[in-house]
Amino acid sequence: MTDHAIPPVALEYAPAPESRAIVDLRPSYGLFVDGAFVDGADGRSFKTVNPASEEVLAEVAEAGDADVDAAVAAARRAYQRVWSRMPGHERAKYLYRIARILAERSRELAVLESLDNGKPIRESRDVDVPLVSQWFFYYAGWADKLEHAGLGTSPRPLGVAAQVIPWNFPLLMLSWKIAPALAAGNTVVLKPAETTPLTALLFAEICQQADLPPGVVNIVTGAGETGRALVSHPGVDKVAFTGSTDVGRQIARSVAGTDKRLTLELGGKAANILFDDAPLDQAVEGIVSGIFFNQGHVCCAGSRLLVQENVYDDVMDRLKRRMTTLRVGDPLDKNTDVGAINSREQLDRITELARTGDAEGAERWSPPCDLPSSGFWYAPTIFTGVTQAHRIAREEIFGPVLSVLTFRTPDEAVAKANNTPYGLSAGVWTEKGSRILAMADRLRAGVVWANTFNKFDPASPFGGYKESGYGREGGRHGLAAYLAEGGEDA
Amino acid sequence: MTTTSEPAASDVAPLLTDLPGVDAVGLEARAAALATRSIKKEAKATAIDLAISMVDLTTLEGADTPGKVRSLAAKALRPDPSDPTCPQVAAVCVYPDLVATAREVLGDAPIGVASVATAFPSGRAPMSVKVDDTTMAVEAGASEIDMVIDRGAFLAGDLRKVYDEIVAIRAACERPDGSRAHLKVILETGELATYDNVRRASWLAMAAGADFIKTSTGKVSPAATLPVTLLMLEAVRDYRDAFGRQIGVKPAGGIRTTKDAIKYLVTVNETAGLDWMTPTWFRFGASSLLNDLLMQRQKLTTGRYAGPDYVTID
Amino acid sequence: MSRLDVRKTYKLYIGGAFPRSESGHTFEVSDAKGRFLANAAKASRKDARDAVVAARKAFGGWAGRTPYNRGQVLYRVAEMIEGRHDQFTSDVAAAEGLTKPQAAKKVDAAIDRWVWYAGWADKLAQVTGNANQVAGPFFNLSSPEPTGVVAVVAPADDSLLGLVSVLAPVIVSGNTAVVVSSYERPLPAITLAEVLATSDVPGGVVNVLTGDADALAPWLAAHLDVNALDLTGITDAEGAAELEAEAAVNLKRVLRPSAPDWTATPGIGRMTTFLETKTVWHPVGV
Repeated sequence: MTDHAIPPVALEYAPAPESRAIVDLRPSYGLFVDGAFVDGADGRSFKTVNPASEEVLAEVAEAGDADVDAAVAAARRAYQRVWSRMPGHERAKYLYRIARILAERSRELAVLESLDNGKPIRESRDVDVPLVSQWFFYYAGWADKLEHAGLGTSPRPLGVAAQVIPWNFPLLMLSWKIAPALAAGNTVVLKPAETTPLTALLFAEICQQADLPPGVVNIVTGAGETGRALVSHPGVDKVAFTGSTDVGRQIARSVAGTDKRLTLELGGKAANILFDDAPLDQAVEGIVSGIFFNQGHVCCAGSRLLVQENVYDDVMDRLKRRMTTLRVGDPLDKNTDVGAINSREQLDRITELARTGDAEGAERWSPPCDLPSSGFWYAPTIFTGVTQAHRIAREEIFGPVLSVLTFRTPDEAVAKANNTPYGLSAGVWTEKGSRILAMADRLRAGVVWANTFNKFDPASPFGGYKESGYGREGGRHGLAAYLAEGGEDA
Repeated sequence: MTTTSEPAASDVAPLLTDLPGVDAVGLEARAAALATRSIKKEAKATAIDLAISMVDLTTLEGADTPGKVRSLAAKALRPDPSDPTCPQVAAVCVYPDLVATAREVLGDAPIGVASVATAFPSGRAPMSVKVDDTTMAVEAGASEIDMVIDRGAFLAGDLRKVYDEIVAIRAACERPDGSRAHLKVILETGELATYDNVRRASWLAMAAGADFIKTSTGKVSPAATLPVTLLMLEAVRDYRDAFGRQIGVKPAGGIRTTKDAIKYLVTVNETAGLDWMTPTWFRFGASSLLNDLLMQRQKLTTGRYAGPDYVTID
Repeated sequence: MSRLDVRKTYKLYIGGAFPRSESGHTFEVSDAKGRFLANAAKASRKDARDAVVAARKAFGGWAGRTPYNRGQVLYRVAEMIEGRHDQFTSDVAAAEGLTKPQAAKKVDAAIDRWVWYAGWADKLAQVTGNANQVAGPFFNLSSPEPTGVVAVVAPADDSLLGLVSVLAPVIVSGNTAVVVSSYERPLPAITLAEVLATSDVPGGVVNVLTGDADALAPWLAAHLDVNALDLTGITDAEGAAELEAEAAVNLKRVLRPSAPDWTATPGIGRMTTFLETKTVWHPVGV
């Protein structure tokens, strides 16, 4: 604009690494049973690695049957002698304490979560860890108000809860499980995922710091075998699982015929539906966060983009341009948007499913990005020309891979969105309120985000229809999973 | 993207009607996310020098005098007298009656003289007065004119009046030799109140021939904000895609710290992109920002935090 | 020779500051045995007027906060009362003629009461709101909103637990409060004001007037910029009825006097009295 145009200056962001020094990593970790860290009975262990570098972070004890027995027994004792007898307002104060310590140690937790899981520090710092503290704070407030939860005047806890959580949001999923369970008066035995046990063990230390009575929270680390032993243990009254639909099915079979209560949060293949009157720039942000948040390791990810055909070209141009600004790399760099894939196994699965996209004739596009040489990485990817007949439109990829489909009418959008065995979440982008509500009415999904995506709050119930599971976590509804109705109005 | 010729006057109203809406929550969330970028070391040094080179060093007070403007212009020439490697600012920005004074001090230096015009800041004056205001500033040597749109007309729905005024002021920017002072159009986003209005006013100003769109006069709160600037950067990006002409953006008012300025540069970088990362296409309307940039620059050079006694006042 | 202690000046708490009464009046506060404790500020009707202005000014911002944030702010107050446990214990013991252990128990209960209410902030809508299934193509949602400025006459006898039990339910939902403390036992209320002043509760959300409740209450009951009136601390039935009649001038929501057992867990009635219900309709159709 000036008479002599001045050439532009490129702003190359220098590395901005978050220091690891705040984390005190021990070479090996035991199980957390009855308020203390103990070795596994048979001395077996496994390694947990940093998926961004393949560096071994620590050796972690693998709990066997005897360890699970001990943990369940400790939880039962704590339930009978201490926790179920404690007045609600005292339980509340323990949970408030935990919420506060989580906030006080938030940076340490965020760094450890990013190290063990591979997610960007920007997300663990700004999303996961703040939500974790909020979750405990919110449910702390329910502990002394259970008679107002709509489950009768004197609802009762269930007893011992067996909880198995996934690797995609290790600490957040722990909070979704433990906070409502403890608020309702249950005690828990929780198994974190095999590849991401470390923040759960740091949480155990936080329980000690809060003087939580021994046995109220027990953490048993291990893989599938440990999980099976835990959920099938005759001494548990309640099973809560977040993970794959296949494992969820097995668990549902295993509790059949018992008195165990069960909640399942499983897979998804959410449709993110974009109408031609959407707020386009914000919709593009929603598409990006819908699929690339947490590398797409999100059960409710917006993995199917349904674009109204008359704005398809414009939307794709904007989406691709936006994707070129995504920064892929070191999860501990404060400017990283997309981190590492959590494990080699998961990387192989993403790679294999994406190949079927190529093989079945969909068109692949990724922005140019240099992936690190060690560790597990997958470039943000979109497939266009996808139809409901493609495997990548049906199967959960659980990675940074978006399948783009088109539609012509609202009816067609609904039909395509619902054409899946899953039913966890959906997104609708339109500036027209009545259309939002009509779409929300017709979408068979437990969470419908309108003009936003991937929003979570402890006050808001979350969970799926159909093969995405049953039961809800969050809000007043999240208490029902851990209480039996009792008293008047029950 | 297909590039066509710019819209004719009769096409502007439908063009504005067709613009997609702005979701306020999503826009603000995106701006907040951009603000979390961590700019360190050499990137910070680059950003600080770039920001200094983009400053329109401004004084717009009823109490302005020739002495004050001479002092401001001297500061523009030598932002940091202790360091010859420090870049000069892009322009000084003054009232029309002080343009000549500023030009006198700046001489042939490659620093623009921007004059506010059109009954700044309210714009509440007859059209003839606004045109005279502009003509006098150009004759006095202004290389840039910062005009205000008629917010009253815009809010009353008289978009044609807003459009015609911009066209007329752009004509008044022409010099006898055929060259032209550049036209920055101030939207006064704080009075437009909604993001949808900001987007519409941006496109209206661009279609009417603005060389730059500018957020604020600095006399109304809120002045520049990151979400509004992000929205205007999306507008210039989309306008160039649609019609092939590049237009600049100038946030003004309320940007006081290096930290803030860097957030704006990150937003330029990741929204409009590299082509806008130059004072030719992006400016900061600011006064106290410059000294904060200089203090941060000294910190990078010496490793010690500076203080206000170590930078000069204008 | 023993050290002479430094005595505290007790003032009002209005708009986040501690002014003396504009009237210049004070009154003597004695302990339960009649021994002199302090001179407290005696609020005038003009102080009450100033307190209402401050409460109104603070209302928009406080009501506009997320309920989660209000819950956190209230919880932080409980943390700070805990930090001044000994001071409150002394205040309550002197005011109510209790032993230290008896007073300490009351302080414990007041802290737990405050925590109980803090937890309600982001749950009120879940318990008092509804999705309404109307017979037509409409989305229909009812949710609670705060009433506005609430004038509260605190219990005359229970100087801290009673005060907390009437104040917390007013502000947790986003209302702002003008509280007239117990006339005879005002010192715990001023200590609580000192806690609030250094907490994250914005100035003006809680305003504390010490003085003669019977003299101040009519001005608050008649004030047109007060939306609701809690008469809990008015002990004389006839006077309460007059105040309630006066409050009808602008249809204030009124909570009539009562003398509940302050140690029992409250229900949600105190909160719901000072809530409005807003119902939103929106058509459903593509």
